[in-house]
Amino acid sequence: MYSQGLLKQDTAAVESEEFLAAFQDRIDAEEKIEPNDRMPAAYRKTLVRQIGQHAHSEIVGMLPEGNWITRAPTLKRKAALLAKVQDEGGHGLYLYAAAETLGVSREKMTGELLAGTAKYSSIFNYPTLSWADIGAIGWLVDGAAIMNQIPLCRCSYGPYARAMIRICREESFHQRQGFEIMTRLSQGSSEQKSMAQDALDRWWWPSLMMFGPHDAASRHSEQSMKWKIKRFTNDSLRQKFIDAIVPQAEYLQLKIPDPELKWDPERNDGAGGYAHGPIDWDEFRRVLKGQGPMARERLRARREAWETGAWVREAALAHADKRDRQRAQVA
Amino acid sequence: MGCAAFARALLELADDHLILGHRLSECCGHAPILEEDLAMPNLALDLIGRARELYSRAGEVEGLGRSEDEFAYLRSEREFLNCLLVERPNRDFAHIMLRQFYFSNFMELYWLRAADSRDATVRGAAAKSVNEMKYHIRHSGEWIVRLGDGTGESARRAAEAVGELQFYIDELFIPSASAEICFETGLLPDRRSMREEWDQRVERVFTMAKLDFPEPVPALTGGRTGRHDECLGHLLAEMQHLQRVYPGAEW
Amino acid sequence: MTDLMPIWEVFVRPRNGLAHKHVGSLHAGDEELALQAARDVYTRRNEGNSIWVVRSEHIAASDPDRAAENFQPSADKVYRHPTFYSVPDGVENL
Repeated sequence: MYSQGLLKQDTAAVESEEFLAAFQDRIDAEEKIEPNDRMPAAYRKTLVRQIGQHAHSEIVGMLPEGNWITRAPTLKRKAALLAKVQDEGGHGLYLYAAAETLGVSREKMTGELLAGTAKYSSIFNYPTLSWADIGAIGWLVDGAAIMNQIPLCRCSYGPYARAMIRICREESFHQRQGFEIMTRLSQGSSEQKSMAQDALDRWWWPSLMMFGPHDAASRHSEQSMKWKIKRFTNDSLRQKFIDAIVPQAEYLQLKIPDPELKWDPERNDGAGGYAHGPIDWDEFRRVLKGQGPMARERLRARREAWETGAWVREAALAHADKRDRQRAQVA
Repeated sequence: MGCAAFARALLELADDHLILGHRLSECCGHAPILEEDLAMPNLALDLIGRARELYSRAGEVEGLGRSEDEFAYLRSEREFLNCLLVERPNRDFAHIMLRQFYFSNFMELYWLRAADSRDATVRGAAAKSVNEMKYHIRHSGEWIVRLGDGTGESARRAAEAVGELQFYIDELFIPSASAEICFETGLLPDRRSMREEWDQRVERVFTMAKLDFPEPVPALTGGRTGRHDECLGHLLAEMQHLQRVYPGAEW
Repeated sequence: MTDLMPIWEVFVRPRNGLAHKHVGSLHAGDEELALQAARDVYTRRNEGNSIWVVRSEHIAASDPDRAAENFQPSADKVYRHPTFYSVPDGVENL
């Protein structure tokens, strides 16, 4: 064989010690791994899982915010929110495309999402109950996502890193539009202020959970760090997030719903940082397992879109087939 | 002067764009294929953007200081002047694309003729919109062809959409009294003048799609005088919710 | 699950004078829908003025396992580069 296609190559490797050591050397030398390169099965599997979950999160994430597109309070907010939710669809698309370079089809990943066997970020299983939730999601959820995603721009797998660079560039307006909504509400009527506080109360802890379990309890962390699929630990990113958000909440004159939150000069190697109260990991696991308030609804909505759209996809394929056959006849 | 007539005719146009943009925005996150979840918001954002520009101009012309959001959020159902076509619900993807195809074909012809309006804002809107409408026509038109000449089911659904939406075609071409004054004073084009070309364009694509051109039917009208179908009230109740519950709040 | 939707690789030219650059991929039934999807997915922020799409399966790629035999032999041909040659002081326009 003198050449090969771009996708769906068999890049499985005989995982001898030499091979694994050479692979690790490439990673340690900050060399990117590209789709057709031979790679350990576990590296591929980890990436497929992580990119797939990430893609599903973007797609399911369209729903809670989409819930307010039709009720956005001004035309400017409506356009911004629509563009933002559209971006999330785009991010899901880029990520599915990155995963496809590892030989797993979008259709298969979608099937797993709809069957409930694939995970997505548990944050999207919470309901958006007021307009302030759109502000809080932009400010906190996108803020947390950006913290998580920026290091992924340097991930060792080339297509994932490239997708993340594009995503991070596009995300930069998302958090700002959220903070602008929160600012407007916190300077508004007393009803608007309490709407903003209520949103912060409900989204604060789920946002902290977005960084995943504490390092000691994180199953995949160590190997992922070694393979440079992950660059920082869950706890270090969570700390960075809290330290960034607390002063912003003060600016908004909103209260973070954690009585144990306080400045700790010892944190961050003596540079200081905020200590926080215990995270309710039981809730995290419950919501992750699909027992969140909106979990069934989210999957139902995705399934409905997929099923009611089947005839459209079939038509597109059937038409393309007809055209190909017509062309073949002419030629 | 005809200021009142011009303001009203601008509102008719703005409402067409906003209501159709809103209908498309309802689909966000529910498209049949992920690629279309990016395409439909692009169409919607074009329309909402144009609506904002037209509302602002209507506010200036009217001279009562009403803003785009006051027009969009604080008028009642009977004060909305959009044509009935754009408020038709998103029954399925064939409906959505055919509605878009009809409207954008009309609007491209309209904006082409509006290029020599006496009003600078209309001329500016026309210049931008022509390109937007060309793309909307291409996107919806390509889908019409694929649905019409795809599978048995898609052909059936496309034909159903044709049957359902044919009642709302004529209204596009009927000028309101205000639009008539604006035509006579060189502010806006004559809606009647686009019919022949519109028919030809639609027929061309329908031929490729193996769809029958809609039979002439008694038109359903009323939008331009604020007499809508039941569905608009629900759309507005949802869209205007926050502005109605919290009067005077800023967002 | 029905048949798979074909995958298309997308290339965008940022502006005239530059080459089309690979930006990602997408799903579409045929080339026209692929071009439209590429426009909607990859040029929302003014990223370009021209798009190419090509079916992923039509791309032939060199084998990474043969990267050494493909590309290493050119590494020691320093005489192909201008810096290999010495230019005497005072000589210009070389």
